[in-house]
Amino acid sequence: MNSKQKDGWLLDMSDLFQDYSVAAGRSGAYDEMFAPGQQARDSYGQVADALRKLSLADVSARADSMARTFLDRGVTFDFAGEERPFPLDIVPRVIPAGEWDVLERGVAQRVRALEAFLNDVYDKMTVVADGVIPRQLVTTSAHFHRQVHGFEPAGGVRVHISGIDVVRDAAGTFRVLEDNVRVPSGVSYVLENRRAMAKGLPEAFGQQLIRPVEEYPRRLLSALRKTAPSGVDDPTVVVLTPGVFNSAYFEHTLLAGLMGVELVEGRDLICRGNRVYMRTTAGEQRVDVIYKRIDDDFLDPLQFRSDSMLGCPGLVNAARAGGVTIANAVGNGVADDKLVYSYVPDLIRYYLSEEPIIANVDTYRLEEKEAREYTLDNLAELVVKPVDGSGGKGLVIGPDASRDELDALRQRVIADPRGWIAQPVLQLSTVPTLSGDKFGPRHVDLRPFAVNDGDNVWVLPGGLTRVALKEGSLIVNSSQGGGSKDTWVLADSPQVPVETVPRPSISVRERVSVWPVESNWRDRQSEQQQ
Amino acid sequence: MLSRIAESLFWIGRYVERADGTARILDVHLERLNHLPMDERKSVAQELLAVMGARPQSEDFGLPELLHALAYDKTSATSIAGSLGAARENARRARETVSSGLWESLNTTYYGLSQHRKDVVGTYRFCNWTLERTAMVSGLADTTVSHDESWLFLVLGRSLERADMTARMLSTRDVLSAGMSWVNMLRCAGAYESFLRTRRAAFGDQHAAEFLLLDRLFPRSIVYALRDADECLAKLDPSAQRVGFINDARRIVGQARTFLEFHRTDDLMSELPEHMERVQKAVAQASDAISRKYFNQADELAWVGEVS
Repeated sequence: MNSKQKDGWLLDMSDLFQDYSVAAGRSGAYDEMFAPGQQARDSYGQVADALRKLSLADVSARADSMARTFLDRGVTFDFAGEERPFPLDIVPRVIPAGEWDVLERGVAQRVRALEAFLNDVYDKMTVVADGVIPRQLVTTSAHFHRQVHGFEPAGGVRVHISGIDVVRDAAGTFRVLEDNVRVPSGVSYVLENRRAMAKGLPEAFGQQLIRPVEEYPRRLLSALRKTAPSGVDDPTVVVLTPGVFNSAYFEHTLLAGLMGVELVEGRDLICRGNRVYMRTTAGEQRVDVIYKRIDDDFLDPLQFRSDSMLGCPGLVNAARAGGVTIANAVGNGVADDKLVYSYVPDLIRYYLSEEPIIANVDTYRLEEKEAREYTLDNLAELVVKPVDGSGGKGLVIGPDASRDELDALRQRVIADPRGWIAQPVLQLSTVPTLSGDKFGPRHVDLRPFAVNDGDNVWVLPGGLTRVALKEGSLIVNSSQGGGSKDTWVLADSPQVPVETVPRPSISVRERVSVWPVESNWRDRQSEQQQ
Repeated sequence: MLSRIAESLFWIGRYVERADGTARILDVHLERLNHLPMDERKSVAQELLAVMGARPQSEDFGLPELLHALAYDKTSATSIAGSLGAARENARRARETVSSGLWESLNTTYYGLSQHRKDVVGTYRFCNWTLERTAMVSGLADTTVSHDESWLFLVLGRSLERADMTARMLSTRDVLSAGMSWVNMLRCAGAYESFLRTRRAAFGDQHAAEFLLLDRLFPRSIVYALRDADECLAKLDPSAQRVGFINDARRIVGQARTFLEFHRTDDLMSELPEHMERVQKAVAQASDAISRKYFNQADELAWVGEVS
């Protein structure tokens, strides 16, 4: 009897999980599925059971079939001008109820603080007057738009939809990596992943209750309608897309379809008299709420880039006059500036008088002399990010960079210290991921999505788990070889929602008869025809 | 045309539509069943089978038995394999009348029946495959068969079966109402996107049921399917154009449709079981009346199921 045989399921899966512990040991990261000693954590019990019964051939056949479904359904992203299926791994990321509860509250708290911050910086800037954040930091942000200064948007909400990226460090603690309050994308993959997984790994769904994600479009639509300009009874909502060439076009079509609203391009809209209309076959129809999926810079050629053909002239003035709600509000970018990010814990204390529930990742502000000197001395051990980048663009991971890259980075940091932040290299947590003929640990992050309807911040139970498919890689962006995993949030007690709803049976129901009594045709129903 | 051929065409229409409807129902409910605790699965599986019009053959009826009964059992006209086998058998007997496109697609489908793994994951694929094959059969029938009398019998069978299948879909709501949402019900009928576009923000069970039962423009709604059947019957028998009907089938179909279409209600959901029962009954009676009128008597049945 060796130790392997004691751990029954490890033995069964020896071919698929061979060398897993070795590889996991190499990275030193927190593993979501296995506690040290290769024991599956409680939350992963059912997933482990399901995987145990599968052979490599099963797993690869299912993975292929899921990829094919994605391609058939057009769940693709744009990779260097080519449509590729978004890689979905067969092992889900499971979050137990207790941990999710903390995340949910932490995300909602952050959204409320950022909402308050945005209202403030586009108004009186009391946060500056009270010395919490330097004025210069706000005014130098590339996304601080003076064009929208001094008015409260119709509906009173600025951060309708947000995606707060969190990661788990080596100690197993969740930390916020960045805030996305401009145009957070990826929620379509959350919806599609769940559909694919229900058919790809049905065995794992049985006993435990996984909280559903399918209500997202309904929640989003009701939040958008609720924040419509006042005085509109039955608001018309549209999704504004830059068009079919955008890498997230699939998501735009999916959300518009699931909400049952029109997907419009800039050329479908006209602004007149500070109202927005869309051109339809029945003439012009008023639009009350625009779910904006294009960058601020391209939204309104009268205010921003005058060469933009994607937006519609006059939108910003219409929003200023309260004739249309734009979600998310124009100018939100100042709140997800990565230098502002480093102040968010202070903002939470300032606006909400609460302590942050989820901590930030330690961040060096390079405008501060000491931090800059420390960073420049230790570039090879740090991650350096541009403050307004997204999608992992421009990010330099010190330990992986060549000497030339580090030298170039040094020059750029010295030239523009406002433009960069530095953080220690985090060993993101890992989840087993199919790679070739076995499972290996791969680093993941998590983007929970929150919908704010003005009264309430609702956090979608789940979120997008992105995974770096290359061993050891820390970059999870799909544009740089990342994939995704379905994210399962377990319900508190597995039985509750199934058991508490009694199944009404036909016989119990009181029969009401509304049909006329049958007339005189003969009832010669043939048995074989049912 | 020969009664025998007409009957075969009628049943091709019915069986192909039945396979399609069963695949849709199975696909959606399988997902739901899989999320239920083990002990509950059995009773729900039996109830689902009952809604589809069959009785469990043994006491121990669980998920694998359900899959067999609704998907793979070639001897039962309730299952997908049985329906497709019977459709092919009917096409074989009317082979000189149906187009070679229609015959070949049914025949290919028949030979593809056994090429699937019979576990849960395999059944998902089997359902998808069935939907693709039945769509192909319908498409080929539409484009390669003259839209004459034979075509009318095909469409008549299809429309009646479609009304019946949608009624069963709606009845499954009672079986699996624990978590069986209107979303799934609409997905079942492939009506989700169409529904969303018509209803916009007004979601709810009531609206979903109304859409599948009463919508005049959605092809899988009961009212639409019954109207199709009615139109086919009218074209097949143009004799009673002015007053009255001598055709029982038309009377049954027309009464059911007009009752639903013009029925006024405050609480559709509580009446739903009755509507479903009556629609299924009307379909069975209409089918019976059509047999009597057009296909001679029931002493020689041309639509025998696959026996193996």
